[in-house]
Amino acid sequence: MTFPVSEAETALRAAAKDRILIFDGGYGTSIQGYGLKEEDYRGTLDLDHDQKGNNDLLCLTRPDVVKAIHTAYLDNGADMIETNTFSSTRIALSDYGCEHLVRELNLAAARLARECCTAAEAKDGRRRFVAGSIGPTNKTLSLSPQVNDPGFREIDFDTLKAQYREQCDALIEGGVDFILVETCFDTLNAKAAGMAAREAEEAAGRSVPLMLSFTITDMSGRNLSGHTITAFWYTLRHLKPLTIGVNCAFGADLLRPYLTELSKSADTLILAYPNAGLPNELGQYDELPEKTASLIAEWQREGLVNMVGGCCGTTPAHIGATARALADLPPRIVPEIPVVTRLAGLEPMVIGA
Amino acid sequence: MTEQTSSANFVNIGERTNVTGSAKFKKLIMAGDYAAAVDIARQQVENGAQIVDVNMDEGLLDSQAAMEQFLKLITAEPDISRVPVMIDSSKWSVIEAGLKCVSGKPIVNSISMKEGEEPFLEHARKCMAYGAAAVVMAFDEVGQADTCARKVEICERAYKLLVGIGFPPEDIIFDPNVFAVATGIEEHNNYGVDFIEAVKEIKLRCPHVHFSGGLSNLSFSFRGNEPVRRAMHSVFLYHAIPAGLDMAIVNAGQLDVYDTIDPVLRTACEDVILNRDPDAGERLVQLAESYRGTDAATEKAAEEWRGWTVTKRIEHALVKGIDTYVVDDTEEARLAIRDRGGRPIEVIEGPLMDGMNVVGDLFGSGKMFLPQVVKSARVMKKAVAHLFPYIEAEKDPNAKGKGRIIMATVKGDVHDIGKNIVGVVMQCNGFEVIDLGVMVPWTTILQAANENDADMIGLSGLITPSLDEMVTVANEMQRAGMTMPLLIGGATTSKVHTALRIEPEYKGPVVHVLDASRAVGVATALLSETQRDPFVAGVADEYDKIRVARANKGQSALVPLADARANGFVIDEALKPAAPVQPGVHVFEDWDLADLREYIDWTPFFRAWELAGNYPAILDDAVVGESARNLYADAQTMLDQIIAEKWLTARGVAGLWPCRRDGDDVVVDLGHGEETRLPMLRQQIAKREGRANMCLADFISPDGDWIGGFAVTGGQGIDVHLARFKAEHDDYQDILLKALADRFAEAFAERLHQHVRTTLWGYATGEQLTNEALIKEQYRGIRPAPGYPACPDHSLKPILFDMLKATDATGITLTEHFAMLPTAAVSGFYFGHPQSEYFGVARVGRDQLEDYAGRRGVDLDTAERWLRPNLD
Repeated sequence: MTFPVSEAETALRAAAKDRILIFDGGYGTSIQGYGLKEEDYRGTLDLDHDQKGNNDLLCLTRPDVVKAIHTAYLDNGADMIETNTFSSTRIALSDYGCEHLVRELNLAAARLARECCTAAEAKDGRRRFVAGSIGPTNKTLSLSPQVNDPGFREIDFDTLKAQYREQCDALIEGGVDFILVETCFDTLNAKAAGMAAREAEEAAGRSVPLMLSFTITDMSGRNLSGHTITAFWYTLRHLKPLTIGVNCAFGADLLRPYLTELSKSADTLILAYPNAGLPNELGQYDELPEKTASLIAEWQREGLVNMVGGCCGTTPAHIGATARALADLPPRIVPEIPVVTRLAGLEPMVIGA
Repeated sequence: MTEQTSSANFVNIGERTNVTGSAKFKKLIMAGDYAAAVDIARQQVENGAQIVDVNMDEGLLDSQAAMEQFLKLITAEPDISRVPVMIDSSKWSVIEAGLKCVSGKPIVNSISMKEGEEPFLEHARKCMAYGAAAVVMAFDEVGQADTCARKVEICERAYKLLVGIGFPPEDIIFDPNVFAVATGIEEHNNYGVDFIEAVKEIKLRCPHVHFSGGLSNLSFSFRGNEPVRRAMHSVFLYHAIPAGLDMAIVNAGQLDVYDTIDPVLRTACEDVILNRDPDAGERLVQLAESYRGTDAATEKAAEEWRGWTVTKRIEHALVKGIDTYVVDDTEEARLAIRDRGGRPIEVIEGPLMDGMNVVGDLFGSGKMFLPQVVKSARVMKKAVAHLFPYIEAEKDPNAKGKGRIIMATVKGDVHDIGKNIVGVVMQCNGFEVIDLGVMVPWTTILQAANENDADMIGLSGLITPSLDEMVTVANEMQRAGMTMPLLIGGATTSKVHTALRIEPEYKGPVVHVLDASRAVGVATALLSETQRDPFVAGVADEYDKIRVARANKGQSALVPLADARANGFVIDEALKPAAPVQPGVHVFEDWDLADLREYIDWTPFFRAWELAGNYPAILDDAVVGESARNLYADAQTMLDQIIAEKWLTARGVAGLWPCRRDGDDVVVDLGHGEETRLPMLRQQIAKREGRANMCLADFISPDGDWIGGFAVTGGQGIDVHLARFKAEHDDYQDILLKALADRFAEAFAERLHQHVRTTLWGYATGEQLTNEALIKEQYRGIRPAPGYPACPDHSLKPILFDMLKATDATGITLTEHFAMLPTAAVSGFYFGHPQSEYFGVARVGRDQLEDYAGRRGVDLDTAERWLRPNLD
């Protein structure tokens, strides 16, 4: 069943015709900057596990921190921010003994992001959007964790899908405009997440378009399940995503070839949000905002993207610099592609007419 | 048929992984030999299949389970899973189970209107939801379409229904039914022509669709006569492809090139397929006999690599991840090495490691990717498993195993390929590897290391947050008092990070291992009586040099002291705590132990006993729960005794004095015109915008404020009891008592701090916190101790002791290196400002060192010795 196109989608598509839209940047780096202690994470919640590092939990226990980061990105030019819910599936939260908080947390996160957008809109009258963030979880449907038993799986499709569904339901109830399935290291996980999002949309009775973002896990340019970016796109094209793209993995320079490849075959908007370069030997990102911005601007020589933001190591300063660097550049033109059969194994396959 | 199969618009679908079509595959699946069954899939792809058809429809088989298992297995084989899968079953439930296991975009084979429109559309919608193309059989409620007209009618109806629900027309693949010809039944003669004509017509009426067909049906009459069947299939494709057939389920390795088919046979086949005359079938049947059994010779070619030298074969098997022959090849290599007087281990150290190095090189240069490397590791394991008994037999029965290593990918990281490879290599070399898997929290790692009496721990990680987690593990190992070597490996790890961040956390040997090939050398050296010490010293020295070099290079990361001071933390003067209710020094000669008992933090107690876990959860822990409960019970018994029989005396002292801040010093007014200066250290690391360079002095107002100090011990009187246990050779009670005295000291520090907050200073009179909340420091104010991160200079202890006259008050003495005796003692300062917090001073610059020496009134060498851990 299809629903009327949402106001958010209409507004976003209209804006994307005129300019390159700006997405937000990393949350981990900003959160680290607060030097929060375990009790900040825990707040007044009665929880068994050590909560330090449970960033998503801050939506409940330190909403001030999450709002400050959202606002910093919006103030630095972001058109769209994502909810602080990367790990807010039951399965990921159970690492912290927080599996009972899925609904509460996602609802709160969606409302926080929405609140910040409303405030930003009131300031300058520019429409802002909220994407509900869904990470890949810590389980993979395509790989066995046991080297001697390649047929073994830690989780099955239906279980994982149900967990994504639970998160989608709460995000949609909380008022997100879009669902962003990001850092897809496993294409089958992404398939389950996309299916869950579609079912959640159906249940909610309103259109909540999907955004999908691939990630690369090794130098051959594939994700962990072994798919190339085009194979990933072909596998998920049936979900009719509003955006497809790449995040994390590398800095903007190393992501470029993959965007070039994707840009040709994707008949939808492209969102890419790279890291602030590659981490140094100490695991820190030290690429300066202007550098990141100039590398992203480089993409537009080929007109590769419609929306850009940042992932690991990026800060509001990076997003601000990127927004300035892209302000006068035209957006990518979404190509029309021929009607051919597109299949995929780990690699794409086209059967001509 | 190579000219036509190479055409971009014709797709070979591999048919050998079909239990209904391949007797060999069926036999393997029924026998549960999935490894050999997977090899069949690989061979098909190697022979040119562009899609692999998988069918498990067999009455005696749990088809769904077999489908799932097989699809999961081929997912792990990149040589196979690079191509799309066709999930083939007559049962929808089997198809849907298959859809849940396939990670790319597959084809469903098949759906049809056999049971009416509703189930047909329901299945089609499912295909759309999972993102699959679908083969649509020319089958309706009446039956299977045989004539051209029926085929066209059914397909066109299906097309309209599908497009009507939004099914992408390009994802429709019609199978208009290939039926057997030359059966001797006249009605069957035109089946070939019907198929070809129907394809032409449907293609016109239904834009964007594709056509497929199962070729083996066509030649059904010639079962057992492969040369004829192959010729028929080639000829059929030769005519059907131009008509529009664009894929076919065929044995990709067994298609003849049309031009090379014996012309006599080719013409006979053509007459049959194109139904050129009524006797064509009979002619082919007669001719067929002369071709029976002419096969075989062509079979071998594909396995050319089997003729290579054994070393090359092993390398090929490792690179390709083929385990079919690896046991035989390994055995051959072993015998060859034995014959020239070598040992079984040399097979591993030679051909197998060489092959793995090739794998490593290919992976490193992006020519192989992760799943392939996993496969290679598996082949390696098989080879090693074969060699193991020989290696064992050769061993000196009196010799101990080489060593036991705990391996884990740290918490938060799912990558374990590298770790697995290292594990395999270590096992190959006679080490016992206990692999804890991925996402392993440090508690589990330490616990496993202790329980298994491991010789070393190996940590792996690929993503950057893993680096921090490794630091945590090292830190926890130190806290647990471990001494075993810690090996660090994985993509983002580096010698520099290990030297700078990990090694300083742990006093045992810490070694960064660049790759699997070095792991054995490192581990061997660490366990060798003769090599160990020089090796450890060499590594430590190297890391020390890295730190020095880094520090010199990294000087820029520190800001000048003046700038750091300018960026100090500014307290809100309005929040300054009021003057204490009871200023001055308060001595507590004998604090009630029964009261302190309520304030004990038990988690560190268990950690002291190397039982990892948090109290009280640890008491119910599946693994250590029982030991923890027994220990806890013994502790309670001893506590009862300690309190009842007054084994220990808790003595403490707390003081509260007026003070003011003077730069980075706190100047304390001890009364009677006597002043003491407490020089504090300031963070000099370059800070992110908005973050201060902290110093404890920042929490004190320059315009007059208050500060406190304390020293407590829970250990007075312990010696006589320890002596008693020693005499009884009772180590257990000895350690238990020491551990409990430590707990009393910590509990006393906690309790006294509370007393200060609520009563003596009295800025938090209404504070009501549970012991759990106290342990989590959910109160206002801090009590930093000299020698800890916020106040790293231990040499402030004598000043503090003088202020408190602590030795007189409590009996605690200081050693020349500022250690407290009894060891069960705690001392520190009290800061009452609500904005005060714990932090780490970390690295400080030469400028601060010189400044600090001046403020302390000591020479530079002394200051340098005191601050060494904080200097570059």
